[in-house]
Amino acid sequence: MATVKPRLYEESKEELISGSEAVGIACALADVDVITAYPIRPYDTVMQYVSRLKADGAFDFDFIIAESEHSQFEIVKHASAVGARTFSGSSGVGWFYAFEAITVTAGLRMPVVAMVGNRALDDPGAFGVEHNDAMAVRDLGWHLYWVATAQEALDMALMAWRIAEDPTVLLPFALSCDGSFLTHSQAIVQVPSQDQVDRFLPPYKRGTLQLHPDNPITIAPQVNEDWLMEIRRQTDEAMRRTSAVIRQAHEEFREIFGRGDPSPFIEEFMCEDAEIILVGMGTLAMPTRVAVRRLRAAGKKVGFLRIKFFRPFAAEEVQEALGDAKAVAVIDRDYSYGSPSGGGVLFHELRSTLYPLDKRPLMLNFIAGLGGREVTVDDINMMTETAQKAIDTGKIEQETTWVSVRE
Amino acid sequence: MATRAVEVVYRGIFQRTLARNIVRQIVFAARKDGKIGTAFGRYSDSPERNGIPAKQFAVVADTALELEESLAVYEATMVDVTINVDDTMCKGLESWAWYGLQPINEVTKPGGTLIVTSRQSADALLEDIHQKKDPYNLSIIPSTVSFSGLWVFKDDHTDMRALGAMCKACPELVSIKAMLESVQEQTGNEAKVASVQRAFDRGTSRPVEPGEGNTETPFSFDMPGWKTMEEGLVIRAQKEGTGFRGGEGGYTPGRSETFKKWSTRSMRPVINFDTCIKCTLCWLQCPDTVFDITPDGLYDANMEACCGCGVCEAVCPVPDCITMVGEPEFNDNSSQYDAWTADKDGYNKWMTVLVEKQKSETRTHGFHHVGGYAEEIAASEEA
Ligand code: SF4
Ligand code: SF4
Repeated sequence: MATVKPRLYEESKEELISGSEAVGIACALADVDVITAYPIRPYDTVMQYVSRLKADGAFDFDFIIAESEHSQFEIVKHASAVGARTFSGSSGVGWFYAFEAITVTAGLRMPVVAMVGNRALDDPGAFGVEHNDAMAVRDLGWHLYWVATAQEALDMALMAWRIAEDPTVLLPFALSCDGSFLTHSQAIVQVPSQDQVDRFLPPYKRGTLQLHPDNPITIAPQVNEDWLMEIRRQTDEAMRRTSAVIRQAHEEFREIFGRGDPSPFIEEFMCEDAEIILVGMGTLAMPTRVAVRRLRAAGKKVGFLRIKFFRPFAAEEVQEALGDAKAVAVIDRDYSYGSPSGGGVLFHELRSTLYPLDKRPLMLNFIAGLGGREVTVDDINMMTETAQKAIDTGKIEQETTWVSVRE
Repeated sequence: MATRAVEVVYRGIFQRTLARNIVRQIVFAARKDGKIGTAFGRYSDSPERNGIPAKQFAVVADTALELEESLAVYEATMVDVTINVDDTMCKGLESWAWYGLQPINEVTKPGGTLIVTSRQSADALLEDIHQKKDPYNLSIIPSTVSFSGLWVFKDDHTDMRALGAMCKACPELVSIKAMLESVQEQTGNEAKVASVQRAFDRGTSRPVEPGEGNTETPFSFDMPGWKTMEEGLVIRAQKEGTGFRGGEGGYTPGRSETFKKWSTRSMRPVINFDTCIKCTLCWLQCPDTVFDITPDGLYDANMEACCGCGVCEAVCPVPDCITMVGEPEFNDNSSQYDAWTADKDGYNKWMTVLVEKQKSETRTHGFHHVGGYAEEIAASEEA
């Protein structure tokens, strides 16, 4: 376990770094005790970066290179049980290979923080971004957050430990970072000072749940039907409780670090009075914002809503943001073969969120950017036009459209 | 009502095949009567553990629709016949932690029948069997307990005898004619058919009046809800022990409050305190921390906690210092150490008689000493 606390950043400072490097720096600032790793692109960029920090003596932590992703996630789960602050991560099928460990991590209420460098699932082997890998934990009790910028990657990593380790929550946190767009491109990031981080992030204390000889407990029992519903309900309640914890942490974050959106859950971009609102996650924000700005300049009432926390999903805020729109166009960087309307995962989440509204907007879905294909401003314009057509005619011709796919 | 149910209460692993044979054969036979049925084991009993009380069921109905109606409740809460294939379970069943002690006749319906394989008399069994509010019948198949293993089955016709007795007790469920035909068809074995017929012919039952039987209230627990349970799938270690029964000197270990496990056992250790050399081995090796250490350094097996595995007997280095004795010999869990300190001669006489009797009988399972299995095989080859 880390003994000497290195002080990498006495003063807040600007750096030109990638999203992965930003997460690596957050690990150092958060004084993470145990990091486990197993290489897979694009997540491996963070592994390389913390290796360098360790080699340089800039960040002291237990670094365990596992023999597979499964062990990688088992090890952090166990380390978390004994009270260590932990970090791990993976991508694509590597993340899937760890899945047994990933699901028990939430079941056991271990606040592991993991970076998912979003990557298409094999086959075919492909490095580019898709969201299906991280999305697989959406029902299991993991926090699931989609990052849009390197700055946000750093900020949210710090938030992640703060939220996950809260004694009323104790649920793991997956930080989803789009492969390539975030993991491999560098941007100017304001790195906070160690003092700021120390003020924001208290030490991880597992209390009476900590595995320790002085606190003799056994964890992870086998149970029968007499117990499972109660246990699931407890995790459900922890997931409900985390929303308040997220809000509180977000407020303090804004106070201490002086930045952050009004809401921790969603980002509303020109949504005020918008008739068409595009919805998406992660780095899709970039081209979409540009397109929306241009459309606004041309007098079109268009806005963009970025979903940041997919879990917990802030249904009320989303209803509030979208309730007055005439059409909602959801951009999915994922797929759900055979699902209703053949739509993506985000689309279904949105449609279900808006269903209770008295006045429901028209809902369209666009599957775009799979495998790292670029989503262009023209693509966004096409989506907006399709939505406008639906508003004009009062009907949706095609609920789900695959964007920029060769026929 | 045209749906009828049978439960077979058996000891996990040792009697699994026996129980399965019985419930399956009931369903096959019911077909011969033009009925339809289903046979199943209680899912929570799996994976089965040695000796833990477990259940299998057969449900038989006149029509498929009626069968479906009755299966809306997975585990029958009322059965026409309870077949108990080990009489030591008449003391009650505790299958899992928090389950409490369930009387053997808990789900036997008013007017139904409890069938027990036993060498004991009805009166002796009723000292163990908990009383009920409603009348029912008790039928005994005179027999030693039939125990096998996971992969072997002692084909001693206990299943056939249980089936014959069941047809006698509840002909509405399956007629003896259908049963005989079906057994012939399924096994092609005349001897088995004869066993069914004989058990049917000899089957008698005795009415048990309301309030007749063991008047003790079986222990039970209130399961906590999600708001009161500890989060994080944590189970606290047992509390540290105290002095012998809370007093000075000696030691009584902390034990699970909610899983006593003594209904698991079909035998219990009987200890000769005079020959004990205080070597600690029984105390050390017992998997259930059963032994209380007395202030004078002896080891008193606490029968509230003993699962009857026989490990203490196997590890005790002094001949006959610990002997496993069949559970039917006992009606309570009282302390042998207390009995011995109160009246040493009386205790030793009682113990000697029991131990000698035990030695003269073939065991249902387990071996008295290392090498016992080889001796048993050799003896059976000679015979
Ligand atoms: S039989 Fe002996 S070793 Fe086994 S639980 Fe009972 S006291 Fe312990
Ligand atoms: S193993 Fe036998 S001799 Fe040793 S302490 Fe126990 S009862 Fe006494």
